[in-house]
Amino acid sequence: MTATVVEPTTTRGPRGHYGFTNVARMEWIKLRSLRSTRWGFAILAVSMIGFAVLVLSVLSGHWAHMSAADKASFDPTNQGFTGLVLGQLVIAVLGVLLITSEFSSGLVRATFAAVPRRPLVLAAKTAVFGGAALVAGEVLAVISFFAGEAVLHGGAPHVTLATPGVLRAVLMAGAYVCLCGLFGLGLGAIIRHSAGAIAATVVVIFALPLLLLPLPDSMRNDIVKFLPEQIAGSGITAVQPEANTLSPWVGLGLLCLYAAILLGVGAFVLARRDA
Amino acid sequence: MIEVRGLTKRYGPTVAVDGLTFEVKPGTVTGFLGPNGSGKSTTMRMIIGLDEPDAGQAWIGGRSYRELGWPLRRVGSLLEAKSFHPGQSARTHLAALAASNGLPARRVDEVLDIVGLTQAARRRAGRYSLGMAQRLGIATALLGDPEVLILDEPVNGLDPEGIRWLRSLLRSLAADGRTVLVSSHLISEMALTATDLIVIGQGRLLAQTTVAELSATSTSLEEAFLALTSGVTDYEGREGHYLGSAS
Repeated sequence: MTATVVEPTTTRGPRGHYGFTNVARMEWIKLRSLRSTRWGFAILAVSMIGFAVLVLSVLSGHWAHMSAADKASFDPTNQGFTGLVLGQLVIAVLGVLLITSEFSSGLVRATFAAVPRRPLVLAAKTAVFGGAALVAGEVLAVISFFAGEAVLHGGAPHVTLATPGVLRAVLMAGAYVCLCGLFGLGLGAIIRHSAGAIAATVVVIFALPLLLLPLPDSMRNDIVKFLPEQIAGSGITAVQPEANTLSPWVGLGLLCLYAAILLGVGAFVLARRDA
Repeated sequence: MIEVRGLTKRYGPTVAVDGLTFEVKPGTVTGFLGPNGSGKSTTMRMIIGLDEPDAGQAWIGGRSYRELGWPLRRVGSLLEAKSFHPGQSARTHLAALAASNGLPARRVDEVLDIVGLTQAARRRAGRYSLGMAQRLGIATALLGDPEVLILDEPVNGLDPEGIRWLRSLLRSLAADGRTVLVSSHLISEMALTATDLIVIGQGRLLAQTTVAELSATSTSLEEAFLALTSGVTDYEGREGHYLGSAS
């Protein structure tokens, strides 16, 4: 190999400034090229659709033996979204890794050298990954709803998207997938280390309700209804109203607020700390 | 043109960079020398805005790095060889960075060709050898065809052919009128590549000079460098003492 003179091919210093669109294009190229993205979305699909089919066919099989109370509280829409218990973690971990893998590999140096306005990087990641998670979440929510309805049998009551509250629950299940991803992204930006950020995500999504178990019910109920897992499992994806639960729209608004706070803090500390 | 004025960085009680002031002129290769731990990398990280200085400032063509409109078109940097995601190919890594600064996609192929990575461009970068990783880092620095290059130990991991190639690449970039700042701990290599020199020790400027001037003060550039840095070396092996000698 001989010395190669670098030929100036780009007009030096076009006027203006890099903007959100440039950074979002970078993040889209990164996101779609990673294996973890494809695996994560595949596991999300299998868990959402698989559990919808599994849970609703098992419940149908037991329909004849179920108590009157169980029959009265049967909510095929909500019970069909059992796979979200796993899916919420998968998408949150993807969100965490989207940013912590940049710190662990050293890619973040190249990213921040290219885009020194760091909050813009997080905004672009939020838009690109959040958008992908929202589309995947909505598509999978609709597919798992119809898959669940298709396996209902043995006298269990069917619902359709036209049944009051059902379309809202299905669409909010998809939105919840996106919001869990953004929780992970925000925590990843704040904590930077994969293991620590994943642990924090598990605490926020799973462990907080368990930590409150020793409290008396009267106190616990007042707190639990503000936790993401309760808002999701008993609120936004439910068609039949459950006790101790915020209304679906209030719940969704609160989850959006949580995501916004985590991402806001994440953007703040990314800009403040040395990379 | 790079200007550094009073740049200071502390990590707890340790002062990594201590009121450092120097200029790097266009048109020559400037070697950035200093013993291990003397603050070369920290200084470079502050110039490109990765670390925030505790005091002082750095300018590139009169502006701070974070104010640059299209940073990669003005400054190319290589800080550590492994500054990429191991799961991404060289091509994807470069394409993503090109997109962030509005650079045309064909520029990716051009820099891959310049560094000789065209054949390996679609392989996962995590499987690259250190030398290939270093070439990808150099490709990243060249991506925006920048007028300023800041390279931290670019020779690490390159084979002799690669070292010779890089030497002539850097000299030709400087001959184009670009500003080239290269750190190294290989004095003999700097003697062949650089014209100007900045020597630091314990975060302070020891000399802003030229290879010719510094060499003239002693029998060789290496001897002159060792004499200059003799009081400011943090990590020093003991001469003539070997592991396993009788106690």
